[in-house]
Amino acid sequence: MSFYLVQFLSGLATAATLFLVSSGLTIVFGVTRIVNFAHGSFYMLGAYLGWTLVERWGTTPLGFWGAVAAASLAVGLLGALMEIGLLRRLYRSPELFQLLATFGVVLVVQDAASWIWGSEDLLGRRAPGLRGSVDILDQPFPLYDLVLIGLGPLVLGLLWLLFNRTRWGTLVRAATQDRDMASALGVDPARLFTGVLFLGSALAGLGGALQVPREAVNLHMDMAIVVEAFVVVVVGGMGSLTGAFVASLLIGQLQAFGILVFPQITLVLVFLFMAVVLVIRPYGLLGRAEDAPPTAASPGPPLVAAAGAARWAPALLLALLAAVPLVAGDYALIVLTEVVILALLAASLHLLIGLGGLVSFGHAAYFGLGAYGAALLVKHLAAPMPLALAAAPLVAGLGALATGWFCVRRSGLYFAMLTLAFAQIVWSVTFQWYGVTGGDNGILGVWPPDWAAGKAAYYWLTLALAGGALLLLRRAAFAPFGYALRAGRDSALRAESVGIDVRRHQWLSFALAGSAAGLAGGLYAFAKGSVFPTLMAVPVSVDALVMVLMGGIQTLSGPVVGAALFHLLETEAMSRTDWWRLVLGTIILVLVLAFPKGVAGFVRDLWTRGRDA
Amino acid sequence: MSRRLAVENLQRAFGGVQAVRGVSFALDAGEILALIGPNGAGKTTCFNLLNGQLQPDAGTVRLDGVDIVGLPPRRIWRLGVGRTFQITATFASMTVRENVQMVLLSVHRRLFGLWTLAASGFRDEAMALLERVGMGAQAERPCGVLAYGDLKRVELAMALAGDPKILLMDEPTAGMAPGERQELMALTSSLVRERGLAVLFTEHDMDVVFGHATRIIVLDRGQLIAEGTPDAVRADPRVQAVYLGGAA
Repeated sequence: MSFYLVQFLSGLATAATLFLVSSGLTIVFGVTRIVNFAHGSFYMLGAYLGWTLVERWGTTPLGFWGAVAAASLAVGLLGALMEIGLLRRLYRSPELFQLLATFGVVLVVQDAASWIWGSEDLLGRRAPGLRGSVDILDQPFPLYDLVLIGLGPLVLGLLWLLFNRTRWGTLVRAATQDRDMASALGVDPARLFTGVLFLGSALAGLGGALQVPREAVNLHMDMAIVVEAFVVVVVGGMGSLTGAFVASLLIGQLQAFGILVFPQITLVLVFLFMAVVLVIRPYGLLGRAEDAPPTAASPGPPLVAAAGAARWAPALLLALLAAVPLVAGDYALIVLTEVVILALLAASLHLLIGLGGLVSFGHAAYFGLGAYGAALLVKHLAAPMPLALAAAPLVAGLGALATGWFCVRRSGLYFAMLTLAFAQIVWSVTFQWYGVTGGDNGILGVWPPDWAAGKAAYYWLTLALAGGALLLLRRAAFAPFGYALRAGRDSALRAESVGIDVRRHQWLSFALAGSAAGLAGGLYAFAKGSVFPTLMAVPVSVDALVMVLMGGIQTLSGPVVGAALFHLLETEAMSRTDWWRLVLGTIILVLVLAFPKGVAGFVRDLWTRGRDA
Repeated sequence: MSRRLAVENLQRAFGGVQAVRGVSFALDAGEILALIGPNGAGKTTCFNLLNGQLQPDAGTVRLDGVDIVGLPPRRIWRLGVGRTFQITATFASMTVRENVQMVLLSVHRRLFGLWTLAASGFRDEAMALLERVGMGAQAERPCGVLAYGDLKRVELAMALAGDPKILLMDEPTAGMAPGERQELMALTSSLVRERGLAVLFTEHDMDVVFGHATRIIVLDRGQLIAEGTPDAVRADPRVQAVYLGGAA
């Protein structure tokens, strides 16, 4: 009995941290509508800064709590700085562009933290005066965790007072409801947003600093927490602080007891839970329909099939690419093969984002399903490569058909989080099902047969298959199917009232995008000779998203340009410096600030301006 | 013989507010029926109940004798109910012509094609419709940049592309200059004669209503309070009371 009580209490302590971080996230999202990937980085910075300050001052209780507060404030200032220096310049950009910017910040912070604090785990000092434990029904329980448990409701109470009893809080709530109205009433949105970013980031920093006595500070804290915080926010209902609190409590307990009840699926329990909640309650536990974020992608200018000389650009590019093996060495061909594969991955995601307005955070699942579909056939059935490559899009397409049926029943960030949930489920099944998938050892020896084993031969094969798929996707965008998909994004109301079944189009496009990503995955498996669960993990989904956004979502060439740019930059930076994240992150930030419509959008604007002049 | 549209005892509440209570009326081919009433009378709710965007709490809506309550908007559209919206809804990322082509593709059930080019499908039909509503010259402009009155015209062309039996027009002339309004309604009248359409429209501009409606029904706080020819409705003391505010 007492064991369960202690388990329950430690669940509460986890919940407190989760709540601090996710409350900050939900506040920032509610007002600015920014999907702030950097929120986890602020949490991590809070932990590192907290560690440094606690080492210096943390010998007395006053020093310790002063250090925690100072770390939180410092992180809050960094958040405000990010708003002023970066996000403020992007409010007029497509909404997703800010997400790309915050991802740049994630990379920069990663390397900055590694540079300042090193890559070793840092163990912090325990909180003075709270080092011991209390006996609860004869089981010891850390005193510090008891304090944390009390801190959760305290912060909730303070935030409630702030939002309901102060003028600033009222303005923030007004801006959350209706940004335009608030600015019409004379509220300066820029200053309000700076304040909100300060508050949200300070809460993340506080959550991080408070972790110092509990766990080692390391460079992986950022992504882990930001995904969990998003789960909390979505389960609780966007924009609802109480919802975030309740969801934190539930997820804290789920983690505390899940490990006892379902040890095999601990990795996905949280995501399964989120998927179930979203299937039953479309807007989370306490969310309301009107707080739901609008569809992320805004309609752009009409898609125009290039006219005149530019019409031959894709064919010319393909011919040029086909000629590369005549001059390039093996290394260049390996990199180019990857670029072509990633271009297909990015283009398949662009079908969803750019045409459907459906932002997927879990597109790697279908890339991975394709890769594993091919690799498993080779390993278990000794299938020849052509068969395995044919199976890849089929397996991924079927997977996308099954999961997509649920996903397209939700929209905006709820859709995104459902795709993430399914991706995590697929990932953890792959990761934990050793008997079939080999777990994190992956599957080795997935090599092409002799006729395609040469780097040039496999490159040509990839170019033919991926290039063909790219042309098909492009054609589909200009075909009635792509138009109907866009129609549903532009105005679902109008589309439904002229006979378009918007949901069915979204569903089928999800399957189509999934199978194209699957083909990319199959090609990738044979290019590398092996597959690992990391192929379907969050970073791959994020990379694909970054490629699409970098290229610009309003042009069909965008994802191809973005994939090439991203992969070449990454490969180049990785080969030249250990600080490649810093380089890549900085480049992303510069690109975002210089080309707020994406690189391909920028080039197209230049082109049209040149033509009209 | 069944009427083109027959509405019986339509009811709909939002929370505690009874937005539409017991509305019944009928509409025949060749008629232009105006649904008028002060703000908040329940006009748009009525429209949304008719085209399936909202489900009524009670009542029936029959189209040529067939009950269409419970069908989704796209099914009701296929049965011949076209609609324009109070706040225009078009496909902003497409050109004017493509907006109409989209509807034509839907009519011919070509929406799932992956190979043919959408922009070359039913091009002439689309252009003919756009010429008909006076938007031919702007066919290649993106819908996202049009003036409001022009968007209303595009919506009309889109509704006509579905070859409807009934056209529901929610404030078709809102945002237009007075001259444009008369022009659009004259166009509507001639379409009704040519195609044997039945039109139900709402409108705040009384010149438009009394100048073009063949019959008028008046809604106040969710209930029909008067029905008849323009002259009869104009003379009705209850209507005057509603519009002149508590004079009765």
